[in-house]
Parts: sequence; C-alpha cells; structure tokens
Amino acid sequence: MQHQELQQTNVQKLQQAFATALVVDLSLITDDLAYNSIPQWDSTAHMLLIAELENSFNLLLDTDDIIDMSSVAKAREILAKHGVAFG
Amino acid sequence: MTSSAPRPISLITGASRGIGAACVQQLQQAGHQLILVARDTTALQTLAMPDDLVISADLTDESQILACFRQVQQHFGRLDHLVNAAGMMQDSALALTKSANLAAHFQLNVTATFLCCQLASRLMLRQKCGNIVNFGSKVGENGSSGQAAYCASKAAVSGMSKALAKELGPQGIRVNVVAPGFIDTTLTAHYNAEQRAQLTSQTALRRLGTAADVAAVVGFLCSDAAGYITGQVLAVDGGLVL
Repeated sequence: MQHQELQQTNVQKLQQAFATALVVDLSLITDDLAYNSIPQWDSTAHMLLIAELENSFNLLLDTDDIIDMSSVAKAREILAKHGVAFG
Repeated sequence: MTSSAPRPISLITGASRGIGAACVQQLQQAGHQLILVARDTTALQTLAMPDDLVISADLTDESQILACFRQVQQHFGRLDHLVNAAGMMQDSALALTKSANLAAHFQLNVTATFLCCQLASRLMLRQKCGNIVNFGSKVGENGSSGQAAYCASKAAVSGMSKALAKELGPQGIRVNVVAPGFIDTTLTAHYNAEQRAQLTSQTALRRLGTAADVAAVVGFLCSDAAGYITGQVLAVDGGLVL
C-alpha cells in the first residue's frame, strides 16, 4: 500500500474506532471532539475507545497515554508516537 | 465430532510452582491454551504444552508486565481468562516488620495484580467478555497473628476485586477471588510439624489443603458453569477457623 493510502486508511480506522466506541455518527468525529464534551464520551466509553483503538491498530497503550487521550487530535498524536502514520 | 468453539486463552501468573502450577495442569486438562508467566522459565517450560506460550517476567517491574501483555496481544490478539496466582508471604511480627517488607507485599500481591487486571481487561473488552481470578487468602479475610503485611495485602486484593467486578461487569467481565486456607506449598514450607498439627485441628476436614484443591476451584471459575458468578470471595479452606 502507498504511504498516502496508508495514512488515509489510518484516518478512517481512527474515525471508525471513535464512532464504534462512542456509538456516534462518523460526522461527529472531528479533531476538536474532546473527552466529556458529549454525553457519549464518558469514562466507560473511554475504556471501550481504548480497547477499540488498540484492536484497530494492534498495539497496547501506556496508562499515561490513556489518561492523556483527551481529544481526537490528541489520540492522533499519541498513536503517531506508537508508529501509526496519519500524514 | 470436533467442536468449532475456539479454545479459551488463559494467562496464569506465578505459574512455575505451587498453586499457579496446579492451575496450569487444571486448565490444560480443560483444554485451555495457556500463557505461563513467572521468573523461572525453566520450570515453566517443563509445565507448558507445545502450543502454550511461556513468558519470563518479574511482576514487580511494571515495564515487564506491559511487555508481557504486549506479547499476548501480538501472539493471540485476545485473552479469555486471567489467573493472578503470583504472590508472596513473609511472616513477621508487627514490631519486626520493616516498611520495605510491607511495600514488597503490596508491590507483588496488590500492584502487580492490579496492573495485570488493567491490561487483561483491555484485551477482554474487545470481545466484551472475560474472566479474572485473583488470589486473596483466608487470613486476608480473618486476620492472622504475625502476618499483618500479608493479611493487609490480601484484604486489598479482595476489595480491589469487588470494585473491579462492579466496574467491569457491565462489559461482560467477571472478577472473583479465591481465598485459600492453609495450603501445603513452598510458600508454607517453613511451617513446622507442630504448627501444621495445630492448623489441621482447626480445619473441619482435618487435613491441610493441596494446590490441586485450589486449582479445582479456579478451573470451575474459568468455566461456563461459573458464568453468573462475579464479585465473590470463595474460600477454599476445608472449614479452617482462625
């Protein structure tokens, strides 16, 4: 897969993971979406979100990463640190 | 006829000896595919079946626990059962117990158990089901003279497990505690004949427990038969009264 395609796929995987874990429409998943900013992203959903992201990208995050994952933009940043390319 | 159901994948800490090793045999007989974790790789390899995964790890080191679960994720991608059998016990009177000894009990018996539950639950969340068996102790529930540090750590495991049962239950993950009485293992090898006779007389069944007695209950908790049991502390003590 080309690098650009891979980046695009990873963006889609990230958005899908958020939509699945938070049970919200894909259109809601923007970089600005933040923890506790919508009722669907509470502490329980956060746990499910982490599991969904770890499953989608086949990695196991550090506890510090989980605590720091306060928005979609922050999730990108943390996943990039673990080698996931977003461009 | 062959079953199409996948084999349960189960991780056992402290798997190299005592109750942990007995749990290995119990779950192997039940058809589980195992991840055996302990420091003593040689002992683990003698217990492991060809398709089991052996991981050498010091559970007092958080980075080694994380590395262990990363290996599980890469190798299996899921986890069905976690049996936290690793533990330590050092008898010491209150006046003679250093804070470092108390900390050591908590590091292995509580913190390592907590971290394993944290990481295992993340793998279990993916399939929205799973089962965790932690080890408390009869003395953690009732107290025992000269074992304040050990008792405190095991009582902490019970409290933690009851909390986790409530937190993880909605996600289909069960959490229970097995609380052994006096079990004849290397952990209790320093007890002399008089102490053993005393404990036997305090036990309704008039015998000391074996690792297999405890492993049988772990096997039950790791089966579908225990599918509606969570948040419980199950004593396996032969009716020991302290």
